[in-house]
Amino acid sequence: MLKTFSHNSVVHRIGAAALTLFGVAIFVFIMLRAIPGNQITAGLGTEAAALTPAQKLALEQYYGLDQPLVVQFFSWLGNLFTGNLGFSSRAQQSVLDLTVAALPVTFELAIFSIILALLIGIPLGMLSASKPDSPRDALGQIVGLAGLSIPAFLLATALLSGLASSLGFNPNGQAFAPLFSDPLLNLQQMLLPSLVLGFGIAAPIMRTTRTAVLEVRSNDFIRTARAKGVPPRRLQLKHVLGNALVPIVTMTGLQFGYLLGGAVVVEQIFSLPGIGRQVLLGIQQKEYALVQSTVLVIALTFVIVNLLTDLTYRLIDPRVRAS
Amino acid sequence: MTDLAPAPVGPTRRTGSVAAGRLHALLRSPSGLSGAIIVSLLVLLTFASYFSLLPYEPIAQDPPSRLLAPSFTHLFGTDQFGRDVFSRVSAGVANSALIAVVAVTFATVIGTMGGLIAGFFRGIPDAAIGGVTNVLFAFPPLLLALALVSVFDRNWFTIAVAIAIVYVPIFIRVTRGPVLSLREIEYVKAATSTGASRIAVMMRHVLPNITSIIIIQVTLSLSWAVLTEASLSFLGLGAPPPTPSLGSMIFEARTLVYIAPWTMIAPGVIVVLLVVGLNLLGDGLRDTLDPRNKGKR
Repeated sequence: MLKTFSHNSVVHRIGAAALTLFGVAIFVFIMLRAIPGNQITAGLGTEAAALTPAQKLALEQYYGLDQPLVVQFFSWLGNLFTGNLGFSSRAQQSVLDLTVAALPVTFELAIFSIILALLIGIPLGMLSASKPDSPRDALGQIVGLAGLSIPAFLLATALLSGLASSLGFNPNGQAFAPLFSDPLLNLQQMLLPSLVLGFGIAAPIMRTTRTAVLEVRSNDFIRTARAKGVPPRRLQLKHVLGNALVPIVTMTGLQFGYLLGGAVVVEQIFSLPGIGRQVLLGIQQKEYALVQSTVLVIALTFVIVNLLTDLTYRLIDPRVRAS
Repeated sequence: MTDLAPAPVGPTRRTGSVAAGRLHALLRSPSGLSGAIIVSLLVLLTFASYFSLLPYEPIAQDPPSRLLAPSFTHLFGTDQFGRDVFSRVSAGVANSALIAVVAVTFATVIGTMGGLIAGFFRGIPDAAIGGVTNVLFAFPPLLLALALVSVFDRNWFTIAVAIAIVYVPIFIRVTRGPVLSLREIEYVKAATSTGASRIAVMMRHVLPNITSIIIIQVTLSLSWAVLTEASLSFLGLGAPPPTPSLGSMIFEARTLVYIAPWTMIAPGVIVVLLVVGLNLLGDGLRDTLDPRNKGKR
């Protein structure tokens, strides 16, 4: 009985995500229509004036601009499902190919950033919580506040220029090395960007850890465990942290949005050919098909990650499974 | 976002003493006090900029005195065009403040109304508003701002609108939860049963009870809005030059940082101060206004 219910709620959650994605598609489509002019004049700029009426008509038919809006929307959506995300005229490549090449870079960056953030945030949060309102708590809180307040672009720029000038360390000055062709250089190139992003997310993770640990520690079962003689380290790791994990996982999942947004900034500064840089390039070169599809891919990724976070959350918290 | 059900304070008219008491409590908390001081100082800079009280014209170029180190004539030095960095930073703060305040005002009004309507009326309005919220939440915030700004004709107002659109769903979500629980509380039901119109109940009995939550959210959103504006202008998608903006100043300083570090340090420190100040103020307000913290201090 319970099982079918939770199964249903999972289906419900997936259905809601699909509906949201449909809304996202409509939103992105409308946004593109809001651009002054249309894709032809926006893409070609002043050169659009030199088009003959026949050329213009041909282009309009190519983009489907002569069709009613609803038809345009659904044909665009249909194209997306067949993997036709458009074509980038500057790169002379399909947007799908560009995206497939860029996504792994951003994923790698995201994974490293999350690992670094957890490595910074959880110990710091536990340190703060171990003695509230003490100097060590203040230290943790200050690092947390710094993480929340120092913009990624400032930290990235400062690190890049500082390290390059003082230590001559600038792996990002070289051409990007994919993980599987030159792992050593790749890891070096990923180090600073993931440190910057990781520092940003470490702050909310630290704060959540601190609050959650303090809350768990005030429970009776912790006192019981201590009375039973559970060694302090085991008590901290298994009993306290284990139970504080749910909010930490949720918070980490929520930070994925920050990560994808921050990726735009960090990839640009460290010249990583990821998905964020692709959006920015598209915007700068007025390649709207590229922008539209890439934004859509990012939103899709984000919705899927949120869905997975939600499902993981159900998995580790029996209370959510039951209710 | 946290769903906090506020303790009902009843449809009180807020008296001066309550407000004064809260202000006093805010200034007694260390984070609230330091936040208030930092923000007030930066507000002073903003006013100095608006009333043209700055030592130099922020966009006035003076090539002979370019890249001068900080001194008494140029407090933060000068940049590659001989423009006074202190004046530019102050004008940048004024610009950030303008965009952040306009954006957060829009987001607060629209988001709070949306959250109130969704939570209070439930049904179709709730489903519709919830749908829009979910769609907007499907985009990473900075990316959504970036995409919107790329579509608009770029000036300070459209940037503010783009940032507002990003923050509307946050306000909707923050208000909807408490409103849902407030509508079930006795005195709200009592007000409805006396025949007061639903709009009147919503505005007079529900809204006053969520003001603390909104005030906290406004402060935190201001700090995010400042960060977003700075990031956009760093990426070259802010207000077009020569409008001074903290983000674009830091971008331009990248190549100068070895010979004239002050060109990066000044805007960098100020943008961090601005965000730290707003965050501290938000933390202080949360300590004093959040009903869950009542009695802890």
